[in-house]
Amino acid sequence: MISRLSDDKSRAAIAASIERRRIDTRGLLFRTLLQSCLLVTLVLLAVLIISVVNNSADQLGARLGDFLSGTLRSQSSDDRLGVHQGLYGSLWIAVIVAVLAFPVGIGAAVYLEEYAPRNRFTAFIEVNIRNLAGVPSVVYGLLGLALLVKGNLFGLDRLTGGSSALSAGITLAILALPIVVITSGEAVRAVPVSLREGAYGVGATKWEMIRTQVLPYAAPGILTGTLLSMSRAVGEAAPLILVGAISGRLGSDPGLLDLSALTDQFTALPIVITTWTVQSGRDVGFTAAAASAIVVLLVFVLLMNSAAIGLRNRFEKKRG
Amino acid sequence: MTDTTVAHPVPLTVERLQIAPARRRREAIVRFSLLMAALVSVLVSALIVWNLVAEAWTFITGVAWADTWGQLGWFPRRGLYDIPTIVIASIIVTAIAMLVAGPLGLGAAVYLSEYANRRVRAWLKPALEILAGIPSVVLGFFALTWIAPNLVGRIGKNTFLVIGAMILAGYAVVAIGVARNRIKHYRESGSDSSALIVAVGAIAVIVAIFGLTAAWLLNVWLEFAPARAGSLAAAGIGVGILTIPLVASISEDAMAAVPDSLREASAGLGARKMATATTVVVPAAISGIVAAFIVAVSRAIGETMVVFLAGGAADATRFTDSPFEGSLTMTAAMASLASGTDSVVGEGLTFQSLYFVGLLLFAITLGLNVVAARFVARVREEY
Repeated sequence: MISRLSDDKSRAAIAASIERRRIDTRGLLFRTLLQSCLLVTLVLLAVLIISVVNNSADQLGARLGDFLSGTLRSQSSDDRLGVHQGLYGSLWIAVIVAVLAFPVGIGAAVYLEEYAPRNRFTAFIEVNIRNLAGVPSVVYGLLGLALLVKGNLFGLDRLTGGSSALSAGITLAILALPIVVITSGEAVRAVPVSLREGAYGVGATKWEMIRTQVLPYAAPGILTGTLLSMSRAVGEAAPLILVGAISGRLGSDPGLLDLSALTDQFTALPIVITTWTVQSGRDVGFTAAAASAIVVLLVFVLLMNSAAIGLRNRFEKKRG
Repeated sequence: MTDTTVAHPVPLTVERLQIAPARRRREAIVRFSLLMAALVSVLVSALIVWNLVAEAWTFITGVAWADTWGQLGWFPRRGLYDIPTIVIASIIVTAIAMLVAGPLGLGAAVYLSEYANRRVRAWLKPALEILAGIPSVVLGFFALTWIAPNLVGRIGKNTFLVIGAMILAGYAVVAIGVARNRIKHYRESGSDSSALIVAVGAIAVIVAIFGLTAAWLLNVWLEFAPARAGSLAAAGIGVGILTIPLVASISEDAMAAVPDSLREASAGLGARKMATATTVVVPAAISGIVAAFIVAVSRAIGETMVVFLAGGAADATRFTDSPFEGSLTMTAAMASLASGTDSVVGEGLTFQSLYFVGLLLFAITLGLNVVAARFVARVREEY
């Protein structure tokens, strides 16, 4: 009887303690705190985009065509002001990155994942690539300045023409290389062993197996990585400043497909933005110009990025 | 292929089992070229180190060391290379960046990993990735034209007092947590003397940093000057926004690697979601979270354009330890030295000073990245 009574008592006590504080106030606060962290981040992103778009609206709304075909000017009110020279530089930088960094990067990734023996030398190369990916971009600029512009060591300045779009492209290709290797390596590693075994089973050699099975399967992942690395390279400004992109006035304005101008003085979109932002200190009109150039750059970069993200998400879903 | 697909039975020979010489040759060529591609990265590293060291060596051996310490500021074209000026500016920018990116990134990561359902994640992760993909010049423009006037410009003396108090309080909470953890570890290890040394050492370091921070904040408060167009604080906030996605994605990866069985065990013991997140998941993923912070610090130190545009200094600067004044970080000093139409001229060693600062920056970021890689490897080992 007594035990029964205490049982009832404890049962009531337990019920009370469970029911008393139904709302977990601390938990709710914590959750709200976490949500506000994300919210603040997203609001900052939104404010950034809105403020840039706001600043650029007049310029782009009134003279988008002129802005895309215009050149660097010393006055913001100049109606020939525009980003054409910047587009030229950035376009060719992207092409050079694609031509140099992609094949070498993908090749290195395939070697490391498929061929390399598991020894200390391979481990050294892998660690080395990971560390390269963490090197600040401005240091790559120093490399480009010494090696390609000043021609230290190999006299490469005769090939690149010193401070040129070619030097800038090669510098940024070197910067993009480790990112391409790492992302492609991940894509290659994700290829199922069964595919490889199937290819070997029908008598393929290693390279035939890689060419017909590994690379096609890993292609979306590799493409994602290369797109991300390209958008990173196109948006970089610091190495270009070191390599000597022109920020003041640039006489030449070659057509977008003019190859001969590759070894001449150059500028690029991020440098145009930098220049105009700096100049907005003495001529407020350059704020709008800089914001407009940012919109042009962001359109390129974000298109590449969202293509990459979308591609990856689609294939992740498909292969689940 | 045709020679291996014969219809009638032929006796097996070594020649028939070997692939054709042409195919074998192609295999060798492909293998060799891929090896060369992999070796390019080693070549790049070697060139970076060689270039930095060679030019920096000229600077180190040639510079009058009296010009590198305790001078008025960083005036490279006049031969005054005051290293504390640019190092302190880098520390200030990095500290402010981490104050922004640390809590926001970690909070976002905990929410994404522990609370958000699939549909929310499907929207939030790409949004963070967009932020990660925004070029740093854009953040520089934003820091100069929006953050400087609208955030930093509105900080009054009292607001700064509140922010400073919050920083110190937050720091104290973390410090006391670490100290208690170390003491507990010391007790559990059976009063092991090496654990005691670690515990006392950790507490001493924490007290020292706390004291330094408090003294610095007090000093800034006493000499509080309203922010001008650009400042280290504006640049620091900009760099912080840039590093939020980095902190968030690396810490989230670490928390995603924590096995669900731990969460289930915690829930089974009656823990609520918050208790599970703070006492089980975060401690289990702590190596990865620490790695995320270290990588973010390394990224913030190496960030150039935001400080170049919003740091509030042109190509030379006086020494300052106030975040509300303009100054040059190591990276911004390099960029401004190299920018302009004249390619790096000035005193004899101006060009080499670029490489000296570059070497310093390279060594710091490499060290941080190596340490971070250790921490990440630890997460992988555990689960």
